[in-house]
Amino acid sequence: MLDQIKEFASGFFVTGDPLIYGADVAIAMTMIAVVSVLTYFKKWTWLWREWLTTVDHKRIGIMYVIASLLMLFRGGVDALLMRLQLAVPNNDFLTPEHYNAIFTTHGVIMILFMAMPLMFGLFNLVVPLQIGARDVAFPFLNSLSFWLFFFGAMLFNVSFVIGGSPDAGWLSYPPLSGKAFSPGVGQDFYIWGIQISGIGSLATGINFVVTILKMRAPGMKLFKMPMFTWSVLSSSLTILLAFPILTVTIALLFIDRYFGAHFFTLDGGGNPMMYINLIWMWGHPEVYIVVLPAFGIFSEIVATFSRKRLFGYASMVFALMSIAVFSFTTWAHHFFTMGSGADVNAFFAITTMAIAIPTGVKVFNWLFTMYRGRISFPTPMMWTMGFIPCFIVGGMTGVMLSVAPADFQFHNSYFLIAHFHQVLIGGVAFGYFAGLYYWWPKVFGFKLNEKIGKWAFWLWNIGFYVCFMPQYALGLMGMTRRMSTYGWDRGWWELNLTSTIGGFLMGIGFLFQVWQILHSIKFMEKDTTGDPWDARTLEWSIPSPAPHYNFATIPVVDSKDAWWEEKQRLVQGEAPKPKPPLEPIHMPKNSGIPFIMGFCWFVAGFGLVFDWLWMAIPGLLGVAGCMLAHSFNYNTDYYIPVDEIKATEAAARRSV
Amino acid sequence: MNLTRGMRRLAALSSLIGMTVLLSGCMDKFYVLDPKGPVGRHQLDLIIISTLLCLVVIVPVLILTFVFAWKYRNRKDSKAAYQPEWEHSTKLEMTWWGIPILIIIILAVITASYTYKLEPSKPLEHPAKPITIQVTSLDWKWFFIYPEQGIATVNYIQFPADVPVKFELTSDAPMNSFWIPQLGGQIYTMSGMAMNLNLIADKPGTYFGTAANFSGKDFGKMTFDAIATTQAEFDKWVQTVKQSAPPLTQDGYDKLAEPGTMGTQDYSSVPEGLFEKIVTKYTGPNGHQHVHKVEENLPVNQDGGGEAPESSAHHHH
Repeated sequence: MLDQIKEFASGFFVTGDPLIYGADVAIAMTMIAVVSVLTYFKKWTWLWREWLTTVDHKRIGIMYVIASLLMLFRGGVDALLMRLQLAVPNNDFLTPEHYNAIFTTHGVIMILFMAMPLMFGLFNLVVPLQIGARDVAFPFLNSLSFWLFFFGAMLFNVSFVIGGSPDAGWLSYPPLSGKAFSPGVGQDFYIWGIQISGIGSLATGINFVVTILKMRAPGMKLFKMPMFTWSVLSSSLTILLAFPILTVTIALLFIDRYFGAHFFTLDGGGNPMMYINLIWMWGHPEVYIVVLPAFGIFSEIVATFSRKRLFGYASMVFALMSIAVFSFTTWAHHFFTMGSGADVNAFFAITTMAIAIPTGVKVFNWLFTMYRGRISFPTPMMWTMGFIPCFIVGGMTGVMLSVAPADFQFHNSYFLIAHFHQVLIGGVAFGYFAGLYYWWPKVFGFKLNEKIGKWAFWLWNIGFYVCFMPQYALGLMGMTRRMSTYGWDRGWWELNLTSTIGGFLMGIGFLFQVWQILHSIKFMEKDTTGDPWDARTLEWSIPSPAPHYNFATIPVVDSKDAWWEEKQRLVQGEAPKPKPPLEPIHMPKNSGIPFIMGFCWFVAGFGLVFDWLWMAIPGLLGVAGCMLAHSFNYNTDYYIPVDEIKATEAAARRSV
Repeated sequence: MNLTRGMRRLAALSSLIGMTVLLSGCMDKFYVLDPKGPVGRHQLDLIIISTLLCLVVIVPVLILTFVFAWKYRNRKDSKAAYQPEWEHSTKLEMTWWGIPILIIIILAVITASYTYKLEPSKPLEHPAKPITIQVTSLDWKWFFIYPEQGIATVNYIQFPADVPVKFELTSDAPMNSFWIPQLGGQIYTMSGMAMNLNLIADKPGTYFGTAANFSGKDFGKMTFDAIATTQAEFDKWVQTVKQSAPPLTQDGYDKLAEPGTMGTQDYSSVPEGLFEKIVTKYTGPNGHQHVHKVEENLPVNQDGGGEAPESSAHHHH
């Protein structure tokens, strides 16, 4: 009996690596600490009532941000481990198996469990406030989306200590990811982690399309929407069309692995090329899904800190939407070297280059928003200024990669690695950081410390160039991605060492950001204005943090920069617009079902990973039970009485 | 204030570039920039053309970014113009839609023509008769068959310089990619089909070759030397291999195909039709589509012997 348990445990838990034992201890201690703190301060009920069951978009947004920053930490540690391994030749710091697992989890986590939730966090924190709404269109679904993401991400992360991580690359190409070449459970964690969170992402896409189309304040026509809202719309529409492809592709991979089908296997008529096409039909739009909102963020920030209207609003909208459309026509540029022939390669080369046009136009419009402005440079604007040169150089190498015959020399080399990190870090990460710094005071009611923030900015920026510029060179020197080690004879180690130093500079930058947040929580003054940047859009017209009903009375909009125009009228001595009398506000009720359903999915996913039907079936029944329970729940909403609104507004020192 | 930051950043950047050049020492390690064959040379031309075309837009934008940020920075005594309401100019917007469109059109035309010209399956124009090397990517080694010479090697190839080399490529393991940067770009090796890649080495030399598509555990160890020699040296090498190396049997191949790494190896002979067998081995009873593809597109020598017909050795999709 004891032997059986021992045998089971040695297969079940990941063993044999001191790094992983260290992680085990760290995870166990963190969990004990969290549980002890919650118990000691008697916070369990508070946690459940205020957070786990909340359907308030602002709180869901905060949970997304916290979860994504934790994932940024994990993905970042993965990155630094890789850079340590590659810092010197013939290094055996990591075994090849461990290295392969780490670059796989680094990619999956950074894109799906860091960038996506950080993006959804910003959607949630900002969009309803920007369009003058009291919540998203489907608050219950919104909470469900979060918990599906959360439990999907946890399922994926569990593979680190239980069963073993996936190690076939972030897109898990078959046949390598098939049962024949990856018999372990790592790939199954990959499949179920992504499937569960993917349903959540699709639902969030639907939620924000409907929210933006149906819930704008009266008078806010589409072409009066703030640019960030436009970017969220374009991104959400892209999610709507792209994520079903991911779900189907991963489902087919699951059917291959679980039922022994032959969609993508080598034998039995399977065709791995089909998977590669399908996964990139999602994967390419995916990178635009994450970068489009960053474009929206920069548009808001540039206008605010240049104290000027956004230049070329209509062409900005047109550019966003055409990028969203074109993102679906370029997938095959990820495998020009598959031998599809000159016709196919020429077509996809040209569609890929074409995307550079609207993207370039956006940069010009930002520059001419600055032109004849009065620019100040607090941290959100600094990140924007860091973004522009970084992104256009990344864009340039992107155009170079799109030249199909030249791509035969760049493909899968470190040149490619440098390129996509430059657009994903320089574009997406810098963009989301800028957005976090910009909207932080709206969410929490105080600004983040500027001095520490500037340290973080410079560490990240210098670190970025030190890390990735050498990688362009390494690509031209023939170093291919995913090599777990290399010899002295290649002449690669100096550049690799430089790159590693750069990676650690960015890591220190991240620590500065953590310090900045902790320091600011303790020391920063509360912002009583609700509009600390003297900004332009509706979210700044209400107190910070926003009351949970957002707007005591729904604003009426008659221009693009609605709040700025309102302020201008006041400056010119006009009387503020008369506000309609307060009415009771209709709000959605909290619900524990999304959390429970997410947990049931986790149980089902874990059961399917290990092929334990005794666990998977109850899990799936739990999911069905949650759906039924919610279908018959008619007690989903309530009204906030006028007195309570008055009291809340008075506490925020607002006249109503 | 911003300029000093900008300058600091520029200084950091330029010192970085300087360091890069210094540290990396000699340029000849930049294989892609130092091509030794016509394919790699054309690809380098294209890299240079696309870089220059992009710089036409990138450089002004970089300059404008710093100039605008400096000139319009907020300070009390700023004499710079301030037009907070200015938000549209058809003329300006036409300019920055127009110029990128123009540049992309130019680049698109050049790219399309090079795409046809450099289609890897297209035989290269050269007076000499091409030599064929059949490449199989295995876990985690490269296996090369010389059908015309009847020999085989593992993890290195030798071939005459200034003679076109026609690589026929497949995989008997998860897909990979075959890349000799100094000779020209890579192509995937995939099971169930034979891809074609045509390259030439101008001069004798030893060129770095590598696997470029992740294929599992020891993928990182799949580098190989591509050695171009004179025709005479090549013939002599073939003779030596034939005389001194062991033969490869089917069993020997099966053993070779098992996952693992190894050094270099020569074989004085190979079982007849081995490459064709590797290519067709995954087309089982359910593999109609594949059988079709193989029949149509492969240099199948099912009755053994004979040379692959030139025109049929082409992978379509």
